[in-house]
Amino acid sequence: MAESDYLLDIQDLDVSFELRQGLARALRGVDIRLRPGEARALVGESGSGKTVTSMCILGLLATPPGRVNRGKVIFQNRDLLQLNENERRQVRGKDIGMIFQEPGKYLNPAYKIGEQITETLILHFQMEKKAAVEKALELLNLVGLGKNRRVLNSYPHELSGGMKQRAMIAMAIACRPALLIADEPTTALDVTLQLQILRLLLKLRAKFGMGILFISHDLGVVKEIADRISVIYAGKIVESATKQQLFDDPLHPYTQLLLLSIPDAAKRGERLRAIPGTVPDAERIPSGCSFHPRCPLAEDECQAGIPPDIDYGDGHQAACFLIGKKWLPS
Amino acid sequence: MAPFIEIKNLVKIFSGRGFLNRRKAAVRAVDRVSFGIERNTVFGLVGESGCGKTTLVRSILFLDPPTSGEIRFDGTSLGTLSSRELRAFRKRMQIVFQDPNSALNPKMRIDDSLAEGLVNCGFPAVERDRRIRRLLDLVGIAAAHRTRFPHEFSGGQKQRIVIARALCMEPDFLVLDEPVSNLDVSIQAQIINLLLDLKNELALTYLFISHDLNLVGYFSDQLGVMYQGRLVELASADEMIRNPCHPYTRKLFSSVPGKQTEMEEEDDAAPERPGKKYAAGSAAGCSYAEYCPIGDRQCQAAEPRLTTIAAGHRAACFKA
Repeated sequence: MAESDYLLDIQDLDVSFELRQGLARALRGVDIRLRPGEARALVGESGSGKTVTSMCILGLLATPPGRVNRGKVIFQNRDLLQLNENERRQVRGKDIGMIFQEPGKYLNPAYKIGEQITETLILHFQMEKKAAVEKALELLNLVGLGKNRRVLNSYPHELSGGMKQRAMIAMAIACRPALLIADEPTTALDVTLQLQILRLLLKLRAKFGMGILFISHDLGVVKEIADRISVIYAGKIVESATKQQLFDDPLHPYTQLLLLSIPDAAKRGERLRAIPGTVPDAERIPSGCSFHPRCPLAEDECQAGIPPDIDYGDGHQAACFLIGKKWLPS
Repeated sequence: MAPFIEIKNLVKIFSGRGFLNRRKAAVRAVDRVSFGIERNTVFGLVGESGCGKTTLVRSILFLDPPTSGEIRFDGTSLGTLSSRELRAFRKRMQIVFQDPNSALNPKMRIDDSLAEGLVNCGFPAVERDRRIRRLLDLVGIAAAHRTRFPHEFSGGQKQRIVIARALCMEPDFLVLDEPVSNLDVSIQAQIINLLLDLKNELALTYLFISHDLNLVGYFSDQLGVMYQGRLVELASADEMIRNPCHPYTRKLFSSVPGKQTEMEEEDDAAPERPGKKYAAGSAAGCSYAEYCPIGDRQCQAAEPRLTTIAAGHRAACFKA
């Protein structure tokens, strides 16, 4: 197999869940590519398939009820979906690090921070305990907590939210992963902390050259951190572009409306342009373009067929039949 | 003329007892806060988690009566009311919470949830029905869905129902505690538009809490910034965004994601330390002095008071 240019190459990933209510189609042919050292954001609303994507990459998808129907997740020239559990363990935490939304939930409350950081080091690098502790101190310093033995000896509940998130980042980067998956890492934090954490992630990327897959619903946050952005709606990528392209010249009506609906002090007195309707359930995805019931432009064509991904130049892709059609957002 | 809602020198101290009834340091959660809200306007309250926003709001509604200070609601001082009078007064002030999932009883049909307060106040069935019908119509929920349970609705719909319930008593003052932060981005704008329409239609006055500074700037007429239990800056929303004076406010507004053109140089050291809690009586100096880029001796020694720095703009900082 030829060496791929991509660190992570998700191709046509299709995942469904068997639920009592029926078949929930969580991902319907998702393509995401990430070059080494690139920060790619995956933006979508709740239930759009962001987290399922990250679970597939990590091999944490519960099967059943989940099922991968199609697709590949190629990471460093290996299809992660073909690995057995032992091989996956070698990758998880070592080559791919992960940070979650609520650090309080994902840190084990019964173990000290130090034990949780050294655990990965001892497991993946067969380090001696003492060396691992030294390394953990270095990591804490790196994430802005200082070479602080007190933090190492603290339990998670003794730390503030921001410190917990930093400790979690220290754990995630302990093995110098090539890819860091950050699933809404700043959503639970205050704005001032949020910015600090985003800066920290960018600094670590510059230092280690790791790729970042940044999952978020917040376009403002994404604007700070991402090089390229993929917008996901109802289990399908609807638009994929560089940050510049997406914010300056969004193509898909969903992206356009999303950007317009963000409140801003400059819009005071105006009505917000709200997107009518609600996000569709994964069990009842509309036919054709899944956005058509909420789309102000929709035509018969949109109901009938699924729009293909079309490249509009410079890697700016969008899946919509009506791109270029003029409409006035009032 | 006095404002519609007037808060004067509000203090709330929690003096809990610890393990085995040991005395614990009292926490001054809200410290000498004063401000007013004009009728039919939106007062936005911002600050980081733990700064006392929710405590302040609970005190204003007399859910947790304040330790000292006065709250005047349309000329009536709430502290002077008997519990019976207060109960009657409560009809006029309602609250919408952050999470619509936990605000609605999952075992009650929304019809019953909405009627509960009305039953409590002795409204006859016909009147209850009339009000519920009207409100559901107002917030955009089909009347046919009245007999459904909360789980049959989406998050945005649930929040609409919670708003309808808050309006059942025909209040004139509504506290909105992060009303959209649990909703999807595409739904948030719907609810915000709804709240603005209701404000105009029903002549409501809002006290709005949010950590989303873009949203607060859009939604509010007046803004108050809280830090560690104190109000550090007070101004009209336009003025606050154009010309923030307190260093904390500046830091807060410069942290809004997506607003920077360039990443500024990083502040690497985490300024937080474990287990640090502010205690009552530790009031010497400005509470922000430690982190303040322009703080000096004076800030350590004396406490800045809210002073007027321009028409309608007040800040608690010596350097402002």
